Amino acid sequence: MTSERMTHLRSLESESIEILREVAASFDRPVMMYSIGKDSSVLLHLARKAFYPSRIPFPLLHVNTTWKFKEMIAFRDRMAEQHGFKLISHTNQDGVEQGINPFDHGSSRFTDIMKTQALRQALNAGQYDAAIGGARRDEEKSRAKERIFSHRNASHAWDPKNQRPELWRVFNTRLNPGESMRVFPISNWTELDVWTYIYSENIELPSLYFAKKRPVVDRSGTLIMIDDDRFRFEPGEKPREEMVRFRTLGDYPLTGAIRSDAATLPEIIMEMQASRTSEREGRLIDSDSVGSMEKKKQEGYF
Amino acid sequence: MSMAANLTPDTDIGLWLEQQTNKSLLRFLTCGSVDDGKSTLIGRLLYDSQLILDDQLASLKKESHNRMVGDEGIDFSLLVDGLVAEREQGITIDVAYRFFSTDKRKFIVADTPGHEQYTRNMATGASNADLALLLIDARKGVLTQTRRHSFILSLIGVKHVVLVVNKIDLVDYSQDVFDRIVAEYNEFAKELGFKSLTAVPVSALRGDNMVANSERTPWYKGSPLVPYLEQIDVSEDRTQQKMRFPVQWVNRPNLDFRGFSGTVASGSVKVGDEVLVAASRVPAVVARIVTMDGEQQAAIAGEAVTLVLDREIDISRGDVLSHAGETPEYSNQFQARVVWMAEEAAQPGRSYLLKVGSQVMPASITNLKFKTNVNTLEQSPARNLELNEVGTLTISTDKPIAFDPYSENGLTGGFILIDRISNKTLGAGTIDFGLRRGQNLTYQSFDVDRQVRSAMKGQTAKIVWFTGLSGSGKSTVANLLEKRLTAEGKHCYILDGDNVRHGLNKDLGFTETDRVENIRRVAEVAKLMADAGLIVLVSFISPFRNERRTAREIAGDVEFVEVYVNTSLEVAEKRDPKGLYAKARAGQLQNFTGISSPFEAPEHPDIVLKGGELEPSELADQLHDYLVR
Repeated sequence: MTSERMTHLRSLESESIEILREVAASFDRPVMMYSIGKDSSVLLHLARKAFYPSRIPFPLLHVNTTWKFKEMIAFRDRMAEQHGFKLISHTNQDGVEQGINPFDHGSSRFTDIMKTQALRQALNAGQYDAAIGGARRDEEKSRAKERIFSHRNASHAWDPKNQRPELWRVFNTRLNPGESMRVFPISNWTELDVWTYIYSENIELPSLYFAKKRPVVDRSGTLIMIDDDRFRFEPGEKPREEMVRFRTLGDYPLTGAIRSDAATLPEIIMEMQASRTSEREGRLIDSDSVGSMEKKKQEGYF
Repeated sequence: MSMAANLTPDTDIGLWLEQQTNKSLLRFLTCGSVDDGKSTLIGRLLYDSQLILDDQLASLKKESHNRMVGDEGIDFSLLVDGLVAEREQGITIDVAYRFFSTDKRKFIVADTPGHEQYTRNMATGASNADLALLLIDARKGVLTQTRRHSFILSLIGVKHVVLVVNKIDLVDYSQDVFDRIVAEYNEFAKELGFKSLTAVPVSALRGDNMVANSERTPWYKGSPLVPYLEQIDVSEDRTQQKMRFPVQWVNRPNLDFRGFSGTVASGSVKVGDEVLVAASRVPAVVARIVTMDGEQQAAIAGEAVTLVLDREIDISRGDVLSHAGETPEYSNQFQARVVWMAEEAAQPGRSYLLKVGSQVMPASITNLKFKTNVNTLEQSPARNLELNEVGTLTISTDKPIAFDPYSENGLTGGFILIDRISNKTLGAGTIDFGLRRGQNLTYQSFDVDRQVRSAMKGQTAKIVWFTGLSGSGKSTVANLLEKRLTAEGKHCYILDGDNVRHGLNKDLGFTETDRVENIRRVAEVAKLMADAGLIVLVSFISPFRNERRTAREIAGDVEFVEVYVNTSLEVAEKRDPKGLYAKARAGQLQNFTGISSPFEAPEHPDIVLKGGELEPSELADQLHDYLVR
């Protein structure tokens, strides 16, 4: 972007870059969460900009539940190669040994063990004092009040009633032993900002975001894609080829696709502006119970 | 009527996206309480900019049944307040950030609570806002809270204010009412230094003068609210100011490249400009302005870039670059206004960490001049600063820092204070001006120094700092130790709590504030005595960790031995040599350590003496052995 005046996207970009640099300069062992989705892709792009011509001075951490779309893993490895960042992939081996899967154990238990606990394991193992995430304040009510530098106690828990006041761009990055910080550089971005930024910066995304014929089954209105032969069909269920795409990426058996013909970025943005339903609709974990995001965050989920 | 252009199948998507990427950004805050219709106003803005999704809208209409609704049949406040649920979680009282946009602008709204106990939250929201919507209920007019909010806005330096006179429908769209409120407010706001002040009569509920001029207020000729927010120019200020570039991160990918990454805080910088480091005054010329998108010839306020200079000079994180002749102030003392944000009060003399830009260093409040009542703006003397209070004070930092008066530059003149033990953010301040005094007062150096003086006495000067409860045996042990050292030909002196309080510190009581000052003075005296070559034995309860740390810091390079006389409260109370515990128990003594005021045991004392278990002479021997080891 080479505009003379500061457009809103340029302001948001600068703010995020400043936050990323503050993390690199203030913490001993920062790490950046990398989920391979669009927000992560924007974050990765911003981190490359923040430190250019240096490489990103911290590793990227992917919590792999082993149930991600195949394409996500291939995309992840290609990005690491292309941009020369250090990639750490962590899987909860206890969960793997116990055979934890989304079919037998339900989305909430599966997510707790393979995501929340796995994340805690990974953060403890790496002794990271700051973990950068791609959450935005427009996503969900409890996020609207979360700080950009969000303090976590020694057991990774968030205490919403006891947040540090955050003024100007002066961030309090100080920690006591065992404590850590979650940092959200794109807090002030909206979903539309993320998409228009991807468009104007030409940021590469996994093709799962774009409409294509894919094998899916329809489960009470949610379209689940058959990504490998571990999928468990219900009696009488058969995959059908449909033009679908994904609005968020996660574990394939838990991520609903939407019927769509939008195969390019402008088409996606157009469709999004017209459809007017919330982004997390396709994400099964959030609809488990009311206030579930709030609860997950207090337990250490991002 | 809606603000954002709908996407239809006919829309030129390329053009539309171009428009999206070229919007400008306005950050504003809303102040006013729920009763003023703040939630309804924000809800209306979200609704009008079509941010309410179809499913939400349907359920809203259902919920709005039997409520105060506008022409759309919706109670807009429901959109904003997760009300009951959120209140139960206790986070409603915090700043919430909300987002909406029109065709021309994107808006980030800091939604801040209005009550007095949330002054700190409002200050937080204001710190990143260019403009404030100040809500007034047309039926109630200018209230105490309106004045409080205005004062905080001016304190934090919000320059543009829109007085939103809401619920104009409930006063029959009366011009008289509106004019009266505006006149009263203008009179009050004269002193507050707002750059622009506009008043708009609206009904957030009915949509009057929100997006378009209302037919129900034909007498109002000004701009409706949303178009006004779309066009107001708040950006011109920062790019015209003096250039400041705080170095955030030194960019050093390899031996051939050394750049300084940061965000231009104000003004602009070009390739070829001569810049100065504020601290060292060393000049260099900007050789390149590097970004991943290519090199730039110039960078303006708000841009995050990496500067490469034409020569190797010493620069690190925290340094501030400026143009020659336009350097920031550089001093270790300044006057500031501080909003206190923590339960534990601000204590003059206590050591805090101060962060301004990317500079962090120990600092303390040296003189609390007065506090300002946020409702009446009256000034009154103060000994400390409680939660949500605003004080005018002087701060001194351990080393000089680069800064600007806050009125000239919000990013180099705003700071936070951090607790050195809990690391919590305790307060936020805005710098009024630097005090030259600190700069000119340098230390006189003499040829005869501490080493010479202690060598003459055949000893190493040191400070032995006793801490422990009243009656723990500090003074008894110190006395025995002094006798023994003196017998060995050493030169000692005991500073005893009670004795010093009869003289030097007789103006101090036993509140937390006075205890902090008590310890500071004693630590300074001990430092002077050690400088004279003496072994100084300080016998003070010194109950707070923070002050013992301060004492250690004041000692500087003088050896400092922290002795914890660990005698249990039961034993000390049983001894009660001065009858003080009995008095405290009877309620005749306030703030008595161990009874009505805490004793924070040292976490890492140099030596622990077990008070109740060994005889004082044995303890003195232990300590003697430790000191001569």
